[in-house]
Amino acid sequence: MEHFAHPRNVGIIEDPSGIGKVGNPVCGDIMELYIKIDNGKITDAKFRTFGCGAAIATSSMITEMVKGKTIEEALKISNKAVAEALEGLPPVKMHCSVLAEDALKAAINDHMIKTTGKGLPGFKPHEEHD
Amino acid sequence: MKKIYMDHAATTPVHPEVLEAMKPYFSDIFGNPSSIHSFGRDARKAIDDARDNIALSIGARSDEIVFTSGGTEADNFALEGVAYANQKKGNHIISTPIEHHAVTNCLGFLKKRGFEVTYIPVDSTGLADPGDIRKAITDKTILVSVMHANNEVGTIEPIEEIGRICREKDVYFHTDAVQTFGHMPIDVKKLNVDLLSASAHKLSGPKGVGMLYVRKGTKIVPYLYGGEQEMGRRASTENVPGIVGFSKAVEIAKSEMDQLGPKLLVLRDELIKGILSNIEDSRLNGHQTKRLSNNVNVSINYIEGESMLLRLDMEGIAASTGSACSSGSLEPSHVLLSIGLSPEIAHSSLRLTLGRWTTEKEVERVLEVLPKIVRKLREMSPLRKS
Repeated sequence: MEHFAHPRNVGIIEDPSGIGKVGNPVCGDIMELYIKIDNGKITDAKFRTFGCGAAIATSSMITEMVKGKTIEEALKISNKAVAEALEGLPPVKMHCSVLAEDALKAAINDHMIKTTGKGLPGFKPHEEHD
Repeated sequence: MKKIYMDHAATTPVHPEVLEAMKPYFSDIFGNPSSIHSFGRDARKAIDDARDNIALSIGARSDEIVFTSGGTEADNFALEGVAYANQKKGNHIISTPIEHHAVTNCLGFLKKRGFEVTYIPVDSTGLADPGDIRKAITDKTILVSVMHANNEVGTIEPIEEIGRICREKDVYFHTDAVQTFGHMPIDVKKLNVDLLSASAHKLSGPKGVGMLYVRKGTKIVPYLYGGEQEMGRRASTENVPGIVGFSKAVEIAKSEMDQLGPKLLVLRDELIKGILSNIEDSRLNGHQTKRLSNNVNVSINYIEGESMLLRLDMEGIAASTGSACSSGSLEPSHVLLSIGLSPEIAHSSLRLTLGRWTTEKEVERVLEVLPKIVRKLREMSPLRKS
């Protein structure tokens, strides 16, 4: 509830290293995650989300969790870890945490394509959020 | 902070006089209405009086009222009861896509059992066209079911006209009047209905009790088998306190209807006008005038309904949404999709429903709080126009 009531890092980054856009209007959740990477470390993260309370809270939480992490560390953040950091999500809202994890991976994927020309190995967003 | 309840279409608080009327039937007058002794006779009398009172309020005969456990049971009873009793005549049922789940899911069950269901479309305001019903009726049609008013968008359907067509074509006609019973004058003869469902807790009666009006002569199979209660149509020992409370709620609703309806209409329109003029890119869902006097349903673009609902709740305001997240599925409301809204506009809906105790001050407070919430949520929306 805290991250829904007072979401952190709302907005966009003007010159992001990577952007992850996931979700679709049919399921009612659209998430945009912006990350800034300096020397292999995520120095800033911001989000914009159209979605329910849990979608907003997971977006806010993941932006907090990735800051200061290396790309490798950030990639280890699972949807379960996001849900746990929020002290749990009801089963019907777990897809919101999946969406947050996907948004982060999509942002890192975007960054890697921009810098190395190759995407994140094995990156494939979950089908329901295509 | 005093909380504001604007979800009266979901349920209403029990009226203090209703509670008082019910109390003796939990203790002093506890008898089983089927018992012959004085304990039983006293309880029987209470049910008989309640039945007379409720029948009278809709221009029906007392033996045309069957008490049920609520609106859902009344709907299920009407559909299954008529379907199975008239199978020899045909297997075709006509309805609309905006019915309550108590109707649509029951029709889904009947479909699996060999019945055919035609859903006639509704227009962008939620109105069904009686002409479409006429065209859909075949010699296999046994039943038409169209709700009196929609629970989400508040649109009031042309029941009288649809009923006339059904009479002419000799097809049974059921209406789910859960949202209108006790809120609008209802005369079953004028409406030309054979079956009508109602629920007590929508008009400040208790939960767990409702009724089905079944016009005399209607072929219907019983809903519960057991004792001879409810003229053999619905076995089970009667919910005496609930039925007494239901009757009291009907009595109060009837006496207040003339004043309450117009009062709510003013508050409703103030709320609609306030939202549409203070929040850009918002729209009213449902019909402007053929609308329940207590229903406001708006879509507020770029933000999702549940997040609005939770923010309002944090401010002590109780509302409802047609967005999916609150219901546990990802699909938004079938009603909003049926009136032609895109999924994102349907996900952006907010329903505020007023009640007997709603005040001008409460409407003003909602109009003060809601635009601020919308502004905050839009700041974080990727759908917002830049």
